[in-house]
Amino acid sequence: MAVLEVRGLAKHFGDFKALKRIDLTTQDGEFLTIVGPSGCGKTTLMRLIAGLETPTAGDVLIDDKVITPLPPRARNIAMVFQSYALYPHMSVRENIAFPLKARGVDKAERERLIQWSAKVLGIESLLHRRPARLSGGEKQKVALARAIVRKPSLFIFDEPLSSLDAQVRAVARAELRQLHDRTGVTTVYVTHDQVEAVGLGDRVAVMQAGALRQVGSPQNLYYEPANVFVASFIGTPPMNLLPHNGVIVGFRPEHALPRAAAPKLQDVATFQVCVTRTEFLGSEWLAYGTVNGEFNNAKVLCKLQQDAISKVKVGEVQDIVVSRSQIRFFDKDTGLRTEAVPI
Amino acid sequence: MLERSKDLAPGAYKREDTRIELVDRDGVVGAAMLAPAVIYVVALVAVPFFLAIALSLSDATVGNPGIHHFVGLANFISVIREAAFMFALRNSLIITAATLVLLTILTILQVELLARNFPGKRIAEILLILPWAMPVALAAVGWLWLLDSEFSPIDWILRAVGLLGPGTVLGPANNLYYLGREWLGIGAVVVIDVWRALPLSTIIVLAGRTAIPNELFEQAELDGAGYFRKLFRITLPALAILLTVAILFTVLIIFGDLTVVALTTRGGPGYTTEILPYWAYLKGIQGGALSQGAAIALFLFPVLLAVSILALRMAYRGEGL
Repeated sequence: MAVLEVRGLAKHFGDFKALKRIDLTTQDGEFLTIVGPSGCGKTTLMRLIAGLETPTAGDVLIDDKVITPLPPRARNIAMVFQSYALYPHMSVRENIAFPLKARGVDKAERERLIQWSAKVLGIESLLHRRPARLSGGEKQKVALARAIVRKPSLFIFDEPLSSLDAQVRAVARAELRQLHDRTGVTTVYVTHDQVEAVGLGDRVAVMQAGALRQVGSPQNLYYEPANVFVASFIGTPPMNLLPHNGVIVGFRPEHALPRAAAPKLQDVATFQVCVTRTEFLGSEWLAYGTVNGEFNNAKVLCKLQQDAISKVKVGEVQDIVVSRSQIRFFDKDTGLRTEAVPI
Repeated sequence: MLERSKDLAPGAYKREDTRIELVDRDGVVGAAMLAPAVIYVVALVAVPFFLAIALSLSDATVGNPGIHHFVGLANFISVIREAAFMFALRNSLIITAATLVLLTILTILQVELLARNFPGKRIAEILLILPWAMPVALAAVGWLWLLDSEFSPIDWILRAVGLLGPGTVLGPANNLYYLGREWLGIGAVVVIDVWRALPLSTIIVLAGRTAIPNELFEQAELDGAGYFRKLFRITLPALAILLTVAILFTVLIIFGDLTVVALTTRGGPGYTTEILPYWAYLKGIQGGALSQGAAIALFLFPVLLAVSILALRMAYRGEGL
């Protein structure tokens, strides 16, 4: 259990500013996900926290103690790499034993901890195997067992699920969260997949171009995005953003409805949408269109249930309504949230 | 060809299509492709080898090289009885073993050094590879000067720091006479052998070292491993096979090589720094006793064969991983 704090952390590679003065504090035992497009600096942030890189400026603190000058091995941080980085010439048992041996844990205690961690991950039957003979999911479990066996004060995950195929990934994601809830170790989880970030995290930190754009609960990011970037990054599909008289009007595809399908008594804004195409997703439909009138034919996307899609006529201009409480406004120049304007 | 076949009768069609040119036959092509390799192995490996065995069992000399008269194991018995034989066998084994040990250690050191980034790395790489690119004759001139009985710069430095000369640790003489003393001579040969073999083994092993993903080292660091734990538990196990192959191939070269001894100690003083291949050359070619030279050279064979088999096995194991 520990609190991680990052103070004014910056990292420059030559002229390239990979990280621009990041401030971030976790809560004790929190599962914090860091999400952003590739190249946003999230992996650099991880490596700075782990001590694999030296920051250009700023500090990393664990429980209010500055650990910036400490080498990785003195930080008691466990990191799980995307590739899992299992030691190829060691058996699963030796892999898990490695951090214990390096810390001089005696043999009996070592054996007890190996058994404990193998049991937590359900890999008792794999202990004698070599990593080359494990599946992707099994490799992840071994990497996790090796990470928890030494009771670290902080877990760092660097896209641990991205090398798994889609079906295994959903299971592995659930197991990861379960493991966290069971051990209660503060966890920082890096991913480029916003679905994963929103689904796993107690809080989500959104990064872009070396800076934090917003930190908050998944609901907070979804309903109250602080800026255009977060609005366009979180959500599947992301928020519709329509330029309009110096502001950007945003609403989520799932909040739009054809007028005929909308509840009568709601305070709604109306958009004249020409639907060009629909797409069947199984549980719902996507309707692609352009907004006429003051919106300069901006592209718009609506996510509609079966009963709503039946009211949509492809190729025609029709009224699409969005509850005013679901509409967000952003400044056109800064991209930041602004007050509502009449539309 | 297609145009022409259109005009032919249907029966002729088939013949045209199914005719197989000589160069289309797998067997013919295969044999043609293999021929150079087979001819090479037979003419330059198998024939000389069996010729050597035949020579060693005969009484052929340089003046009368015909293999007419077989004398059984007489040549082997007579060379074993010579005083030089025990020296040559001992020195061959000692020089090879010492070279192997030093080479292993230095290869690992060089590879660890070159796997890192530091200013001037390019120049260091060139310097470390240089012995390989240097002609043997040129290298010999350099080493002979370094080890010269009177003008050795090593001696000069030792004298300058007060380790050599009358009343010092290394004795009253003003020179160490590297090539004129049994163990200094053997040591000098080992040093030169290592110097010559190091670039090749370094390049082979460095290729394996750079193939180890950096994440493994970072993971080990996070797991609490220090430098030596990383070296012995991550780097060396990953390099084990390549290192063994590199070292075994070097042993093959060193054990059968005579140039270094021929250019430095020439086996002296007496036979104290003699080695098997050089002695075989001296006796068989220079001394004219072709059959005895062949017999001496054949003493190398069991060791070379064993090492070759081992090297090939390791190479194939490496492939399987």
